[in-house]
Amino acid sequence: MRKFLLFSIFAVPLLLVPVGPVQADSASSVVGQVQPLNTGEDVYRHVCQGCHMPDGKGAVGAGAQFPAFASNAKLQGSGYPVYVIMNGYGGMPWFSGTLKDDQIASVVNYIRTHFGNHYTDTVTPADVAAQRPAVQQKEQ
Amino acid sequence: MTNAHPRKVPTRRQLLTRIGTLAGSAALYQAMTSLGHAQGTDFTSSPVLSGAKRGTRVLVLGAGLAGMLSAYELRKAGYHVQVLEFQNRAGGRNISLRGGDTVTELGGATQKVSFASGNYINPGPWRIPYHHQGLLHYCREFGVELEPFVELNHNSWLHSSTAFDGKPVRYREFSADFHGFTAELLGKAIDQHKLDDMVSVDEQEHVMTAMRQWGCLDSNLNWTRGIISSETRGYEKALGGGINGAPVPSEPFARKDVMRSGLWTWLAFHERLDMQTTMFQPVGGMDMIGKGFNRQVHDLITLNCKVTSIHQDDRGVKVTYNDMSHGGAVREAEADYCVCTIPLPILSQLDVQVSAPLRAAIMAVPYASSVKLGLEFKRRFWEEDDQIYGGISFTDQPISQISYPSHGYFSRGPAVLLGGYMFGPAAYDFAGMTPQERIEHALTQGEVFHKQYRKEFSNGVSFAWSRVPWTMGCCSMWSEQARRTHYKALCTMDNRIVLAGEHASYVGCWQEGAILSALDAITQLHSRAQGAS
Repeated sequence: MRKFLLFSIFAVPLLLVPVGPVQADSASSVVGQVQPLNTGEDVYRHVCQGCHMPDGKGAVGAGAQFPAFASNAKLQGSGYPVYVIMNGYGGMPWFSGTLKDDQIASVVNYIRTHFGNHYTDTVTPADVAAQRPAVQQKEQ
Repeated sequence: MTNAHPRKVPTRRQLLTRIGTLAGSAALYQAMTSLGHAQGTDFTSSPVLSGAKRGTRVLVLGAGLAGMLSAYELRKAGYHVQVLEFQNRAGGRNISLRGGDTVTELGGATQKVSFASGNYINPGPWRIPYHHQGLLHYCREFGVELEPFVELNHNSWLHSSTAFDGKPVRYREFSADFHGFTAELLGKAIDQHKLDDMVSVDEQEHVMTAMRQWGCLDSNLNWTRGIISSETRGYEKALGGGINGAPVPSEPFARKDVMRSGLWTWLAFHERLDMQTTMFQPVGGMDMIGKGFNRQVHDLITLNCKVTSIHQDDRGVKVTYNDMSHGGAVREAEADYCVCTIPLPILSQLDVQVSAPLRAAIMAVPYASSVKLGLEFKRRFWEEDDQIYGGISFTDQPISQISYPSHGYFSRGPAVLLGGYMFGPAAYDFAGMTPQERIEHALTQGEVFHKQYRKEFSNGVSFAWSRVPWTMGCCSMWSEQARRTHYKALCTMDNRIVLAGEHASYVGCWQEGAILSALDAITQLHSRAQGAS
């Protein structure tokens, strides 16, 4: 049941959705309403920019950084950003459970056509689906 | 610490030691359980490390609770200890914000906290379960005064935007109705012989009695308007004195509304082991714990040190850092061993010379995003107008909850409440806003509970953990897969380096995790040092 609901967060945005009780001192085991994430820009504004910043320039912390998207050679292909969003990387959480294929595709396309990027090839939800990893979720 | 008043009766530990010696560990476990231990974390006592080789040096990276505790115990054991800390303060994520403090986050936004004197918000840890005995042990040892933290308040609010016409309901009323209707359904199912194939006749009697009493049902097994139900859910007109003192019972909500609301999830929340009464908070702010630890080891700590590399070989450990107090001058610190408590989002990007399994483990644990808001109001309207003294109101809006201060009850003048606390998608969203936008959203959403919000608001501060330069995230987020593959490697001493912090525990995101992990790390270090030639 929880496993099912974990993947339904954005499908039923107006319901209280249990996502598993494990985050120790978390606010709750429940994710409430979330913003509509219909476009790549929506996903970027409501999920990504908290770390990568509204201008896509990332940030530098204590000897570590949130990478910038401008002039980032790792964005030359769409496969790498799709992989990182699905699986996480270092301190970045994985989003395979919270973002759907079309949302991942649209935000990758958004990032690769903004912040000084002008890539013309696009990634489709079907491309994303093909990369979807084995289920990764928080401990239950 | 010696006791000035020797006891005539054995202490619990003495008693348990005797039982353990006489009867073996199974009996010890049984006795511990019946004496109320062994239910939460596995802390038993502080480690007794003795006989450190003279002159053995340990470098501790990070002056949060794990780092300071490591320093404290290792010095006590005879080690020569030095602590390097990135921030200009000790305490790590154990932090409180007060008037005059400044919060500068990644992205450059700066907030000046304007709370009135004596008011504070705890942007990190804010409550301590009674069974986090490791942390509580050191609070006592270091003279940190604790007071009750009110987790559950029956007079707080529960709110779902899609139930009860979007209006909040009292926890007490909802809880009573949920229990009452559940008892009614079960009681009637048995009474109508619908559970005969599942429940024996004898057991049916007991369950019926239990449902009638626990659920406060009437003689017909109904949860319905009346004195019995109002004794739990409250009266429409409360009990009074004199001529007009007779109470008027209240009307329960419709059963289908109660069941479909989803609000029962908040009843379950308070029942989790982590949230059960009694919970505690330090008097005066959570950072009183960090300050208590700091009193023990402040002479060992150098602040403003930005570590850039951690190297080791057969002879020792060499750490390179920028001394930010002196223009970022590059310096090196050397030691025989290192306890590294640097949060993993930082550590995973540093030049760290460890084995491949530990390297992989450091890369395998992302940190959750979390945001908290502290809002100061001109008066305690939640107490004065609503009779809410501490506790939490929950909502399905992004702020998730409002928590009322568990101290200073009935005082006049401004007070600070927790105006939002979120993980997950709402935290990502709020972290991406400007501090002004966060406050604006918190006020709008909080008005669902308290119409006084706008009128009484004075000032506020938000804390987005993914924008904190020294952690770049709130706390560790283990997947089942990562725990299976990497946990042991993360916690195991790697030649001369051992990691500590909440991330190296099963009590992730709690201070207790930092304590237990540090105790394990220094125990490994000590045994490695004793064994080394």
